[in-house]
Amino acid sequence: MSGIQEFERVLDGSDKNVASFEHQNISFLKRAQHFLHSTPAAVPLIVLVLSILIFGLTIGGRFFSSYTLTLILQQIAVVGILGSAQTLVILTAGIDLSIGVVMVISAVIMGNVAVTYGLPTPIAILAGLLTGGLCGLFNGFLVAIVKLPPFIVTLGSWNIVMATNFIYSANQTIRDADVDANAPLLHLFAINFRIGSAILTLGVISMVVLVGVLWYVLNHTAWGRHVYAVGDDPEAAKLSGIQTRKVLLSVYTLAGVIAAFAAWVSIGRNGSVSPSAAVTDYNLQAITATVIGGISLFGGRGSILGTLFGAMLVGVVSMGLNMLGADPQWKVMLTGWLIIAAVAIDQWIRKAGV
Amino acid sequence: MAPEANMQTNTQRDVRPILSARGLFKRYGRVTALDNADFDLYPGEILAVIGDNGAGKSSLIKAISGAIRPDDGEITLEGRVVNFKSPLEARDAGIETVYQNLALSPALSITDNMFLGREIRKPGFMGTVLRKLDHKAMDKFAREKLSELGLMTIQNINQAVETLSGGQRQGVAVARAAAFGSKVIILDEPTAALGVKESRKVLELILDVRSRGIPIVLISHNMPHVFEVADRIHIHRLGRRLTVINPKDYTMSDAVAFMTGAKAPSEPVAA
Ligand SMILES: Nc1ncnc2c1ncn2[C@@H]1O[C@H](COP(=O)(O)OP(=O)(O)OP(=O)(O)O)[C@@H](O)[C@H]1O
Ligand SMILES: [Mg+2]
Repeated sequence: MSGIQEFERVLDGSDKNVASFEHQNISFLKRAQHFLHSTPAAVPLIVLVLSILIFGLTIGGRFFSSYTLTLILQQIAVVGILGSAQTLVILTAGIDLSIGVVMVISAVIMGNVAVTYGLPTPIAILAGLLTGGLCGLFNGFLVAIVKLPPFIVTLGSWNIVMATNFIYSANQTIRDADVDANAPLLHLFAINFRIGSAILTLGVISMVVLVGVLWYVLNHTAWGRHVYAVGDDPEAAKLSGIQTRKVLLSVYTLAGVIAAFAAWVSIGRNGSVSPSAAVTDYNLQAITATVIGGISLFGGRGSILGTLFGAMLVGVVSMGLNMLGADPQWKVMLTGWLIIAAVAIDQWIRKAGV
Repeated sequence: MAPEANMQTNTQRDVRPILSARGLFKRYGRVTALDNADFDLYPGEILAVIGDNGAGKSSLIKAISGAIRPDDGEITLEGRVVNFKSPLEARDAGIETVYQNLALSPALSITDNMFLGREIRKPGFMGTVLRKLDHKAMDKFAREKLSELGLMTIQNINQAVETLSGGQRQGVAVARAAAFGSKVIILDEPTAALGVKESRKVLELILDVRSRGIPIVLISHNMPHVFEVADRIHIHRLGRRLTVINPKDYTMSDAVAFMTGAKAPSEPVAA
């Protein structure tokens, strides 16, 4: 045996305590960077509060009223729910471009099964959720098992689902009155409560509850940690014994189901069911909320609370500019700047980690 | 010295290997990583695997631990043929591996990494129905394991792994394997980035694991370490096992000569 070398003998006397240091001379900026690194939802929250303050000061009480603020929530409920689904996918370093049209086709299925075919509404809702889930499973299968890039897969399914939606529905809108007469349950999320001048719809409440549930799942269950691990470094996750394919498959499928849930909420918000909603850029709005919310497009980083704040921020900006009577293009312009700023901040914060 | 060494090889001849491989092949396009490689690990021993860079050591242990699937060959664990399709299957069979690239998730915390894929849930309703993780219990366990390794410089157990130094990361990976390995522990260059104290701790840990009866495969380029702890040394060259030597019968220069091809071993596969 060659044994312990001479210079190693002093190791017996080595310090047995966990290291600790005085933190005094760290600059404010560094500390802020660190705080944001450990609290990724803080940036969109701060910007959200600031923008509410700025619009509140320039517009005055009309903007600051609980009526206006809750109206903003009603406007963003659908995008907020879609953004939550998008967040799950983006956390795995993927993207789902089909999420908007999956929502529309799910709404069309719900409407048709209940109104045109006259089946019981709960069955119609299940059929819609199933449609969303199957679309998600299709994406998940191609991404996780066939191993195609998510961008390409969902670009393909975006077109496929959109075309299917128009061919199947013959672009027939189901009118608000028909939904009300045959399937009032589809309007469930339009039910609202008034607290003073504040109006909260079930749609808004369901968005907040959904984000809360997903936050719990992502942070306090094993599946949630696996979603982060897969997005962070898929190879390491696999070597650590995570079934990366199952995680990806479940994430895309769940995203599809959530998109179908957004469909139900959107029927409540719109009243009618219109296949032509498929041309609205819902998925881009969902991606925008996610990115502004600080979810890294490279995967594995960000908090779903950020997505909620991101969606609210877009809602506040568009409402504020609207009340100021600005050209709608200013809203588009500001959203663009917000996206770029969010990504720049994301990069800066990440430097605190490395 | 000589009789003792003989005794050891004899007992090992009688005992069947816990983990062995025969005729492993692995090709990446035109690059051959494993070329008819054999491997034997006996119960309770420390087997060092040495060889030049690119000799195929990592490929060998990846094949054994389910990280890659060999093109050909057979692997047996405790006498039964196994066919691991993923690292998870090998892990479930009790083989725990520290890969050369560590396989840690940079953005996740130390605790998250240590428990990835085998998280502890809270007892009762919270755990079984709501599937809530027991962060406290996991943090405590992770801290204990790190302290056993002497990694006292890690200040915050919830620190993201990417914020650790290279050696601290290696320590986390080794702690994870040591904490969970039940049948075999494989360490691919576990001390490459470690400091003097931390390397010493890892060697102590290896000896400690052996005293618990668990055999260890140690890949290392550090000859003094290899000769200090190994019971047998598997010399890998050009994708296959060249020979196995007993460190008590050979010097470090012999081993280096064999592994680099400067000298041919007398018996093709000893021990
Ligand atoms: N994924 C891969 N694709 C292509 N070639 C590979 C791959 N992995 C390993 N190889 C090749 O296989 C051979 C053996 O590599 P391996 O990593 O097993 O060597 P090693 O003995 O572990 O070397 P080191 O001491 O440097 O870690 C090398 O020639 C390497 O280039
Ligand atoms: Mg190697």
